[in-house]
Amino acid sequence: MSAVNEADLRELEPLYTRPESLTETPMRYCPACTHGTAHRLVAEVLDELGVRERTVAVASVGCSVYAYEYFNCDCVQAAHGRAPAVATGIKRVRPDSVVFTYQGDGDLASIGLAEVIHAAARAENITVIFINNAVFGMTQGQMAPTSLPGQVTTTTPRGRSVEQGGHPLRVCELLREVEGVAYLARRALGAPRQVRAARKAIHKAFEAQLEGAGFALVELLSICPTFWHKSPLEALKHLEQAMVPYYPLGEYVDWRGSAGGEE
Amino acid sequence: MGKLRPMEGNEAIAEAMRQINPDVVAAYPITPSTEAVQIFARFVADGQVDTNYVAVESEHSAMSACIAASLAGGRVMNVTASQGLALMWEMLYIAASLRSTVVLSVANRALSGNINIHCDHSDAMGARDAGWLQLYGENVQEAYDNAIQAVVIAEREDVRLPVMNCYDGFLVSHSYELLEVEEDEAVREFVGPYKPVRPLLDVQNPYTIGPLDLYDFYHEHKRSQWEAYRPAKQAVIEVGKAFGERFGRSYGLLEPYFLDDAELVIVALGSTAGIVKDIVEQRREGGERVGLLKIRSFRPFPAEEIADALGSARALAVMDRAAGFGSGFGTLYPEVAAALYAGGKQVPVVDYIYGLGGRMVLPEEIHQVYNELAPVAASGHPEQLTRWLGVRE
Ligand SMILES: Cc1ncc(C[n+]2csc(CCOP(=O)(O)OP(=O)(O)O)c2C)c(N)n1
Ligand SMILES: [Mg+2]
Repeated sequence: MSAVNEADLRELEPLYTRPESLTETPMRYCPACTHGTAHRLVAEVLDELGVRERTVAVASVGCSVYAYEYFNCDCVQAAHGRAPAVATGIKRVRPDSVVFTYQGDGDLASIGLAEVIHAAARAENITVIFINNAVFGMTQGQMAPTSLPGQVTTTTPRGRSVEQGGHPLRVCELLREVEGVAYLARRALGAPRQVRAARKAIHKAFEAQLEGAGFALVELLSICPTFWHKSPLEALKHLEQAMVPYYPLGEYVDWRGSAGGEE
Repeated sequence: MGKLRPMEGNEAIAEAMRQINPDVVAAYPITPSTEAVQIFARFVADGQVDTNYVAVESEHSAMSACIAASLAGGRVMNVTASQGLALMWEMLYIAASLRSTVVLSVANRALSGNINIHCDHSDAMGARDAGWLQLYGENVQEAYDNAIQAVVIAEREDVRLPVMNCYDGFLVSHSYELLEVEEDEAVREFVGPYKPVRPLLDVQNPYTIGPLDLYDFYHEHKRSQWEAYRPAKQAVIEVGKAFGERFGRSYGLLEPYFLDDAELVIVALGSTAGIVKDIVEQRREGGERVGLLKIRSFRPFPAEEIADALGSARALAVMDRAAGFGSGFGTLYPEVAAALYAGGKQVPVVDYIYGLGGRMVLPEEIHQVYNELAPVAASGHPEQLTRWLGVRE
């Protein structure tokens, strides 16, 4: 056993610590799930902007139903799909607060699609973090509106056929057309450079709210090794090779006028 | 002869649906009913059924599509629970009013808030006045049997009403049980081919479904809908009897258990009846005149039959797995009490609100209910009309 000198330790500069905006509660996500990564990125941004104490998170129904145990701020748990409407109510009464929703693709793009589109059309000054893992994770892997053609899910055991199961929805492309959107970007929680780009987009999406610019949404392409039936590495490969081509990364709307478009 | 097979409740529902082979299933997953549609989706993918399976975006759309498919001339089944049923609420009334024959299995689960995935009856009770028939099964066998009977009851020409097949979330939906699964042919023969009444596109007689109906006729239309529940009651009885003749397991509106000479009686719905049966047997061995009245058909509500069945009772406990907030009672109690009052029965009745959000019901608690009923029978007056069982206060 090597002896550690506590005094030496104290002199070390911490390089990596838990953001204040995350609680110490251990996360219950499956191994390699990227919900944890997304939580951390949001928390780092809240710390950086110094807004934790006036932030309200709106948790949705999905694997991230426990988000309120992980984010170190006030939280409201919304019914399935209703988070943008709930966020609207909070923001209207507390305009100085920073309000964000954290929603999966079932929550946002299936049962709650109307809420998010109308919140955007009203230019609600809120931030939406949208986790697209192409599956209903919490209910054990059913087809989501974002499941890829051919994707095997528990409700499409022979793969999603577009004739039977419809076409996957591209949420950023849908919302791009809505006036009232201040910031819109799609990023992937894959390679480290992509994660850094995701962090930047989340930062901007909160800045948009702080400037009162209107509705902001960041879609984060995420992996679900459990219900993709893949190892974490295979899942990351699938993210790169199948998800990203179908859901192009990029900044779709930027209120500052510098949206780069599809990348 | 059927085959004995081990299955979970949801599996048994999916199996019944496979055998019935409905024309349309439009579903949105929700715990604890998800496995039923998931297993059924596999039957669809493997071509074991001809069903048109639609993965809709919400339960609201699911029920809209189901009603329309039914009225257009199809046999329609679906499964949901809790928030899913709550989101269907608007459509539930329309389903019954338009006389669709949708059969919806409901794995009973508590309603938000706060969010909870476990069993109670607040979901189906919230829909009790929507016009659906509601059957409650005690175990996996009954959930399976009721799914089959529900189709026949719903589609009978003198009924034409949607039916909810309620089975307790997790307690039945996720419990393995050895049940008798009937042969495909026998089930298909029992339900028969679907005979739609006035489906759409009868070009000689074009008509509109669900047009505006104001104070000139709405009142009469509701009156005529009101009448449908009398034949519906008869249908529940007759189909339950026919099922027994065909498969050896008979059903009725109610299931009396050691009721003939019972003085202390528990009234219950769903899986709790199974626990109560054990306790009744134990106490009967000790010579106590205790009994159970299990209500199978909550809609139509068998008021006269309940009053008749409780002839010898000197004190009653109604087990309520849903609170009727603001009413002072659970949701079953007022109906049982009204049935007794209307039937001229003067029996003291105590309400027990229990098991909300999946709170476990312990055998000791059922003993406690019988213990507390004894002095009520003696005095003729309960000290407290509504009690909460197994609650920390
Ligand atoms: C009205 C209603 N219908 C269905 C459900 C069941 N349900 C809970 S989470 C979920 C899907 C979640 O998927 P997603 O939003 O993609 O989140 P993930 O778990 O994949 O992170 C569903 C269908 C519900 N809670 N409420
Ligand atoms: Mg998802």
